[in-house]
Amino acid sequence: MRYLTRRLVHSTLLLFAVSIFAFGILQLAPGDFFTPISLNPQISAHTVAALRSQYGLDQSFPIRYEHWLQSVFRGDFGISFAYGTPVAPLLAVRARNTLLLTGTSLLVAWLLAIPFGIWSAAHRGKWADRAGGILTSSLLTVPDLVLFLALLLMAVRTGWFPTGGMTSAGFDDLAIGGKLDDLALHLVLPCLGLVLTTLPPLVRHVRSAMIEVLEAPFVRAARAHGISERRVLLRYALPVAANPLITLFGYSLAAMLSASLLVEMVLSWPGVGPLLVEAILAKDVYVVVGAVMLSSVFLVAGNLVADAVLFATDPRIRMD
Amino acid sequence: MNSGPQSNCNPCGPLLRVSGLGKEYVLRRPFSRKKVAVSAFQDVSLAIFPGKTLAVVGESGAGKSSLARCIALLERPTTGGIELAGQNLLTLSEKELSRARRKVQMIFQDSASALNPRLTANEIIAEPLLIQGEGTKSQRRERALQLMEQVGLNRASERKRPLEFSGGQRQRIAIARALALGPQLLILDEALSNLDAANQELILKLLAELQAAQALSFLHISHDLRAVSEFADEVAVMYQGRIVEWRSARDLFASPEHSYTRELLASARSVDSILLERSA
Repeated sequence: MRYLTRRLVHSTLLLFAVSIFAFGILQLAPGDFFTPISLNPQISAHTVAALRSQYGLDQSFPIRYEHWLQSVFRGDFGISFAYGTPVAPLLAVRARNTLLLTGTSLLVAWLLAIPFGIWSAAHRGKWADRAGGILTSSLLTVPDLVLFLALLLMAVRTGWFPTGGMTSAGFDDLAIGGKLDDLALHLVLPCLGLVLTTLPPLVRHVRSAMIEVLEAPFVRAARAHGISERRVLLRYALPVAANPLITLFGYSLAAMLSASLLVEMVLSWPGVGPLLVEAILAKDVYVVVGAVMLSSVFLVAGNLVADAVLFATDPRIRMD
Repeated sequence: MNSGPQSNCNPCGPLLRVSGLGKEYVLRRPFSRKKVAVSAFQDVSLAIFPGKTLAVVGESGAGKSSLARCIALLERPTTGGIELAGQNLLTLSEKELSRARRKVQMIFQDSASALNPRLTANEIIAEPLLIQGEGTKSQRRERALQLMEQVGLNRASERKRPLEFSGGQRQRIAIARALALGPQLLILDEALSNLDAANQELILKLLAELQAAQALSFLHISHDLRAVSEFADEVAVMYQGRIVEWRSARDLFASPEHSYTRELLASARSVDSILLERSA
């Protein structure tokens, strides 16, 4: 239990550090949300100064950070300059959409990576394994942006999938089943993009972790006892190979989140990505900090889940 | 090649007879379609009699461990035959082979990696019984506990995992696991090399007791000539993938015939004398 508590404390400290860092970086950027307005000759300098004062932009960094921390504890995460509303509800809707996309993609990617990696390891060196290696290497060399644009092009040319958004125009009029179908259809393209970018490294990791364990003497000993190959793979090698893979789960979530920013932009998925880019361009500080914090929370939570699963599955960690 | 000492010393047939055994590994050169065959050992013929120990000695890379893996049928030999109690192992069906595997068990060099780190001592020892579908869960547990006692492990440590044991204790777990299916032949693949001298002595004593009690045969793969001289009935010397000399241990240590055997014994003696000088 001490292991998990320690991890939780580390995660909280990390989030604090990220918030200070994000705030500091934005402070270093020249100008603020009201700079474009100040260039408008029809708006007086006095009005701009009053707006800056109203939103607390004339105060020092520590005071602004303290105010933001208070808003975090209140649960609104500051006010968006652009939308004029608290950041939390603004982010909540986008976070739900991003979670739906990344969660589904992560699940699909791992559900494909585990059997494919095991199969590759079991057929190591054979033509099918080499063909799989060439396929994953080729996918790794394709830049994410090119892949997403190719998917977009395919959707436009074939008309098989919607090319943007999360729902169709008449979504509200549909029955529950129709709504789910419509959502799933919109999800296919961005989900496919994310799976194709994260799958190759996952397959390679599963394959190499399995190969390492399959060569261990304890697996040889089990073979000498007459164990079936299927049981060797699933009951002996996979549980032992699982440790690095569970740790990799946390990293795969990070990779998925960073790729999702791009896929959401290119394929117009209304997630945190487009909101973050808009906020960065407009210097909507609290939205940017909120979005960064949200991504960090996802990441930290993913790693915490991985730690908890490791704790539950590996007796050696419980022993420590 | 030396035909071995069995022809004139043992009236009953051998438990294991290996004839003309060879193993080649096919490697692919990087960035090339060419394949290269690397021979691990060739034309190896040996025999082990019930209740006896045959040691195979030689330098690293001589092909000893590859030979051990082929005899345990963890790898398929390229040429030759393996007969166990008169049965040709290389012609058996998968089902027959699974049954035959009970008779040959192997103990590995590194006991830490030879035991599944996720299982408890009891689960590890009961593992072969589970694989072969023998007994109920409680029967397997009871059998594992008996084996733990037999190899000098405390029953109370049955729920401990491999990392909680010392190297010597882990090797005892490996021995208990190997005994679980009642084998006739145990292959010790450098099974003592990772242990300190005191533990080597204890494990050798345990193995000798087990051999006396159960008429077990041992194939002892080693480069430690001192352990071999104390433990083996016969010694086969392997050099560059071939058996160059195969005789009774007493004869081989008293009057080695092959030049490589003489070199091997001389180098072992010089190491011993250096150690003796240092300790003095």
